[in-house]
Amino acid sequence: MPKDVSYLDAIKQALAEEMRRDDKVFVLGEDVGVYGGAFGVTQGLYEEFGEMRVVDTPISESAIVGISIGAALRGYRPVAEMQFADFISCGFDQIVNQAATLRYRYGGRVACPIVVRAPGGGNVSGGLYHSQNPEAWFVHRPGLKVVAPSDAFDAKGLLKAAIRDDNPVVYFEHKYLYRRAKGPVPEGEEIVPIGVAKTRREGKHVTLLTYGAMVTPSLEAADTMSKAGVEVEVIDLRTLAPLDTAAIFASIEKTNRALIVHEDVKTLGIGAELSALIMEERFDHLDAPVLRVTYPDTHAPFAQVLEQANLPNAAKIVDALRKLAAY
Amino acid sequence: MPPIKRTKFKLSPEQLLEMFYWLKLIRAFDLRLSTLVKQGKVRSGVYTGIGQEAIIVGTCYGLRKDDYICPLHRDLGSFLMKGVEARVMMSQMFAKTTGLSKGRDSALHSGVPELGIFGNTSMLGANLPVAAGIALSYKMEKRDDVVIAYFGEGASNVGDFHEALNFAGVQQLPVVFICENNQYAYSVPIEKSMAIDDVADRARGYGFDGVAINGNDVLAVYQATQGALARAREGDGPTLIECKTYRWHGHSEHDKAFYRSDEELAMWKSRDPIPTFTTYLRTRHILDDDQAKAIEARVEHTIDDAVEFAMSAPDPDPAEAVTDLYA
Repeated sequence: MPKDVSYLDAIKQALAEEMRRDDKVFVLGEDVGVYGGAFGVTQGLYEEFGEMRVVDTPISESAIVGISIGAALRGYRPVAEMQFADFISCGFDQIVNQAATLRYRYGGRVACPIVVRAPGGGNVSGGLYHSQNPEAWFVHRPGLKVVAPSDAFDAKGLLKAAIRDDNPVVYFEHKYLYRRAKGPVPEGEEIVPIGVAKTRREGKHVTLLTYGAMVTPSLEAADTMSKAGVEVEVIDLRTLAPLDTAAIFASIEKTNRALIVHEDVKTLGIGAELSALIMEERFDHLDAPVLRVTYPDTHAPFAQVLEQANLPNAAKIVDALRKLAAY
Repeated sequence: MPPIKRTKFKLSPEQLLEMFYWLKLIRAFDLRLSTLVKQGKVRSGVYTGIGQEAIIVGTCYGLRKDDYICPLHRDLGSFLMKGVEARVMMSQMFAKTTGLSKGRDSALHSGVPELGIFGNTSMLGANLPVAAGIALSYKMEKRDDVVIAYFGEGASNVGDFHEALNFAGVQQLPVVFICENNQYAYSVPIEKSMAIDDVADRARGYGFDGVAINGNDVLAVYQATQGALARAREGDGPTLIECKTYRWHGHSEHDKAFYRSDEELAMWKSRDPIPTFTTYLRTRHILDDDQAKAIEARVEHTIDDAVEFAMSAPDPDPAEAVTDLYA
């Protein structure tokens, strides 16, 4: 019987198990060693694996990613930690220009198996630089894979898949879920494949596409709608690049309506791509316009009242679902 | 750092003649490329290192197969010296399938892992964190192989330079940082981009030695490199060698380089590394007329053959524009 484990501990388990399984896996980043990471994700790894496999680095995000690429060229599988997803902008060039293009520009003669872990998301009073959701930047760049788990089980299984993947993977872990999301996580081998969405709730009236910390309020909204006789199918994308288009289209064909919910801002977020994709590929199946519930196009403010005003929640999702159902 | 002893690392007459061959081949290769651009046979992306050949020959000569090089965009010769065939490099410049990137990129953005060559992006200095990552893997494995990482004086103003050298200093990594100080970052002269005279001084800030040498003296470059390699192999960490030199052509072949004077160019041409070394060999009776003619003929044949091969090689299949993105 699998034990209940927190999202944070699930990530830690995946790291420790992969490091035990394969001595080419190592972690590096700011404060990941003796301190165990700013959030404690790497606690215990330094003691078990030592300073050559749990590498404390200077405040040098670009170098952290570049060093990972260099080690990957020699057969390693580095897992780089960005202390906050917000700081990933400092390592942007190495991710989008160095890692993402490596295989292409080498004529397919090389792989780049690195994982960049990025703790993102708001609802933690983090303010402007400790709350961001920059996943769309990386989805926009060919050559990268992007994942964003919503529960402990997927947090572990997707990280294992990311570490074993031969491509650069940006792994967005949501800070709000670290200690709040708990669930059964099996010990040992349980890989969640990259590129496969999961239907969290079945329904025939509206498709709701979401990921990360927005899965829980989406399910709450679906419960509310169910009481009013509207059955919402909630699909947790889990992987943002490459998208599981088969799962998305199959659901649209069933429900003929789509709502997209994400915590990232609206303009050119994942919802923009999903909406365009559904329009291009399944226009004949749509009975209503594709709608989005997202963060407004603004920054993440510190004051709780301001941040709550921005964050999508179950009530906002219910409003949009009602509109869609009534269309 | 003590002055370089020019005779510390002995070279036989045969080895000196090999170095002479490489100088001539690399010069001739770049000159031919320049002509091919003017003839419209090679399209863009040509950054010659004419005038800087002594740096490549002095640093690459005698490297082991397992030593890694991380060249900059003018260092085509380093690919040849590390074992890539002239035919392959010429194909790369012609964007043919027989090139390293199969036509994806014409410049030196493609590497050869099995020969220990990394191909950087166009983001100058972005190769330095990667070099540090390769060197970190050598340290992890307790190998005595070394990484040679090249950059221009212009790239020493980029953040990646500082992040990489700092990390290499902290970790005492086996890297030799080679600065090719050719006086100009595209059009901007060194006095407008740095408030110090010697890039070598920057090494002290990261806890290791930096030395500025005459980069047009192939033997001085060789001696300095061999000393730095020996220290790195012993586990004594990085060294920065600043090679003062000059690029004869513009930044790229389309740059007329009007921003510098004819007198300045003439002065540096009088310090051409090849005649200097020729005189050295002739006065010691290592090189005679017959040998010089034989080397010239070998160089011409190698380049003619490479051009013929590249021009008759197939163009890429249009379908390959979207392949090799993922492993």
